[in-house]
Amino acid sequence: MNHLTSLSAAQIAKNVSDGSLKAEEVATAHLSRIKSEDSKVKAFIAVLEEHALKVARQIDSKRAQGKKLGKLAGVPIAIKDNILVKGVETTCASKILKGFMAPYDASIIAKLKEEDAVIIGKTNLDEFAMGSSNENSAFFKTKNPWNLDAVPGGSSGGSAAAVAAKMAPLSLGSDTGGSIRQPAAFCGLVGLKPTYGQVSRYGLIAFASSLDQIGPMARSVEDAALLLSSIAGHDLKDSTSSPQAATHFSGAPLESARGLRIGMPREYFAEGLDPEIRKSVWNAVNFLKTIGAEVKDVSLPHTAYAVATYYIIAPSEAASNLARFDGVRYGHHAQDARSLSELYEKTRGEGFGPEVKRRIMLGTYALSSGYYDAYYNQAQKARTLIAQDFENVFKEVDFLATPTTPTAAFKFGEKSSDPVAMYLSDIFTIPSNLAGNASLSVPCGLTKDHLPIGLQLIAPAFQDEKLLALAATVEKAVNFPQLN
Amino acid sequence: MIEWKETMTESFEMVVGLEVHVQLATKTKLFCACSNDGFGAPPNSRVCPVCTGQPGALPVLNKKAVELAFKAALALNGKLAHKSIFARKNYFYPDLPKAYQISQYDEPFCLGGEVPLRLKDGKTKIVELARIHMEEDAGKLLHAIGSQALNYSLVDFNRGGVPLIEIVSKPEIFSSDEAYAYLNSLKEILQYAGVSNCDMEKGEMRCDANISLRPKGSKKLGTRAEIKNLNSFKNVKDALEYEFLRQADVLSSGGKIIQETRLWNGKETVSMRSKEEAHDYRYFPDPDLVPIDITPEWSEKIKSEIPELPQARRERFVSDYHLSPYEAEVLVSDRVISDYFIQVLKSSEAQNDAEVLAKLIMNIPDFTPIAPEQMASLVALCRQKTITINQAKELYPEILESKKDPKILVEEKGLAQVLDEKILRNWVQEALASNPKAILDIKGGKKQAAGALVGAVMKLSKGKANPALVNKLIFEGIDKA
Repeated sequence: MNHLTSLSAAQIAKNVSDGSLKAEEVATAHLSRIKSEDSKVKAFIAVLEEHALKVARQIDSKRAQGKKLGKLAGVPIAIKDNILVKGVETTCASKILKGFMAPYDASIIAKLKEEDAVIIGKTNLDEFAMGSSNENSAFFKTKNPWNLDAVPGGSSGGSAAAVAAKMAPLSLGSDTGGSIRQPAAFCGLVGLKPTYGQVSRYGLIAFASSLDQIGPMARSVEDAALLLSSIAGHDLKDSTSSPQAATHFSGAPLESARGLRIGMPREYFAEGLDPEIRKSVWNAVNFLKTIGAEVKDVSLPHTAYAVATYYIIAPSEAASNLARFDGVRYGHHAQDARSLSELYEKTRGEGFGPEVKRRIMLGTYALSSGYYDAYYNQAQKARTLIAQDFENVFKEVDFLATPTTPTAAFKFGEKSSDPVAMYLSDIFTIPSNLAGNASLSVPCGLTKDHLPIGLQLIAPAFQDEKLLALAATVEKAVNFPQLN
Repeated sequence: MIEWKETMTESFEMVVGLEVHVQLATKTKLFCACSNDGFGAPPNSRVCPVCTGQPGALPVLNKKAVELAFKAALALNGKLAHKSIFARKNYFYPDLPKAYQISQYDEPFCLGGEVPLRLKDGKTKIVELARIHMEEDAGKLLHAIGSQALNYSLVDFNRGGVPLIEIVSKPEIFSSDEAYAYLNSLKEILQYAGVSNCDMEKGEMRCDANISLRPKGSKKLGTRAEIKNLNSFKNVKDALEYEFLRQADVLSSGGKIIQETRLWNGKETVSMRSKEEAHDYRYFPDPDLVPIDITPEWSEKIKSEIPELPQARRERFVSDYHLSPYEAEVLVSDRVISDYFIQVLKSSEAQNDAEVLAKLIMNIPDFTPIAPEQMASLVALCRQKTITINQAKELYPEILESKKDPKILVEEKGLAQVLDEKILRNWVQEALASNPKAILDIKGGKKQAAGALVGAVMKLSKGKANPALVNKLIFEGIDKA
């Protein structure tokens, strides 16, 4: 196998910047890796071969002219297909957007271009980022590179599989209820959901605006930090992006954990948690104890309401966000409609898949006159309580350590017929989205069946830098294997 | 056609609440940097990903629009909230690109407020406001190009995302005349405050009316109909009068009014949709926008920027400039004119001549301002009695066209009035000599006969004699005779 596809993003950027490696070689190596691997894994909706090679050559000639290259010089990156790259089809893995050419670059895509990254392709997802297994893609199912019978997780399953299978060193995902962290855990990657407001959402096709956050997926904490440094920061085009948003993250491990207080919320270690996962998470926490951390048993008492709360708020926002896909201006346009209402009904009936329709109906119902107070308003109150749980617990501890998922990657079809079982696979990741804090998954072991296990670390809002440092410390001790 | 019966107006009273949409005079739209000057521009030439609802695009609130909205609220004596949020109003329509309108629902930026009415009979009245909120405009559908009908529709998003405020009155308007006065007063205040140009032809001010009837003397509100598509003050008046007759007709024949939305087509109101067919807009706070924090400092700053409003100006014109209430009313009803009036009076030449200036402005048909210095100079000529106000009026078009200094023009044309009593006395003698009958008439008590003598002197003087002096000299001359 080609060693170039095993290099870290940091190494590639360094070598391309100092001239010891050509961006074109790197792009070519990854494109040929995609050719050999992606027929099995099926991570990509579109591979931008021509674009990637063109950009790589431009970077090489920029270097040849003696110009300084950006932070991601020549680093191939895979982009979840719900983020707009100008002139490239953006589908959200939905028939309703088939053929939609992005008319502008997402703010973070513009930043990646400035940093000389090479966008290599658009990755598969659950339709409109709604799902936890990639089985809801309208096009095809992405496989878990660790075991092709297992799901890669979702909704950023394509982005996870692409990096795990070394078709790209970095990818971008989006996380509304765990859509970065859960597939990162399933595919043995580092996946960060930054603090809400840390990364601009301008150009991310919205699922649930108050929960969505774009974040990095990588094979190391260092690479995740590098990618975050390239995309984070206040953006005037996104009113919810924060002026507090930092722009540099080192991702270097801590020398010692002395003085750090780590909380283990008991609600996350309840019955039903896979024993192998429990053991692996405990091992990681115990390691932190050995290097000086104080470990505390803590409680987030409203955790039990998180999934129900999420499944009111997210669909309510989604029902409104997805209303613009009406066949009038772009995307699928139903033929033979005889009236305006028929145009809407047919376009949306044909264009959306069953899970998206389910959530649109849930959200429409929750916001309806007469039901608003009982559902949406009540969910907002519960959301406040869940956020307060975190505020309270962060007075006692600096970080929380939990499993990312209750089980390792499950098999295709195992949960797809039972929406509630599928929804519960996000039970540990959803609360961070509701609270808006920083949260990541870092690999902490393998099951007997050789499937990755993720440790979730949670930090207060805008402590992303410290969270990455803690994750790097765990990563160093775990010494998680990479796939060949 | 509904027949008008005397009993209708005797038995019923209309109760009206108005919802007025006003376009804020900003440079850019409410949530994007597109130009807010799309009227008459080529279709879809003022658009971007945000105002066409492209996937992934996000709104960013225009601070200037918010400040103009605050200004409107404060000019109308409304109370600014401490915190205000935007809500999404969800419904499908091709002119609404996101399939929701960003508006405000349960936390508008302004509650209360009042519009002072000046009625025809000289009475005044205050109509209270329920609220004012901000929202974005929708696009415009075209079903024809010129006179050619299309079998499809086109949509122009130039207007989409334009900043509006909706001013909602309480149901305290009881006649079509009051509605008319309400709209006039509102327009005046908003124009003075610099909030909007309120040009109805450009759709900068639009009105929906809620109207119900009740038996005269009753305090209970009846079932209302909402009338849409009222795009002129006259439309509002006509539609309310029509709708009054329609509802009165239904009620007097024992029928019931159904709650519905009706459309004014220029002649009558026609049913558009009933309450049952009304949309459920599923309002909820827009998660793409953050709440507006309205601090007392911000509110004070905006308040300090509000210029003099029409009511205060009218009062000042009467008290400081000694104009009649009628003159103040006429001048102040047009902000451009009353600003001009003040500007001319700033000149040292005209500073004490407010009354002369007012008469000049009001006497010149279709008054178009000349440079304020020219105007001051013209006023001075009248005050010094070099020319009469009538002469100034006749000279005005020439000043407007030639842009010459009025003093020079008066000299060039030899228009200066003759005030020299010696010269005037000669003309008077000549006139008396050739009009013995007039002298006899006057002596016999018919003083109005002096008119013929004044006319004769004016003729002799080629219009330059000062009429007041001439009049005085004629009576002196007759007494001596």
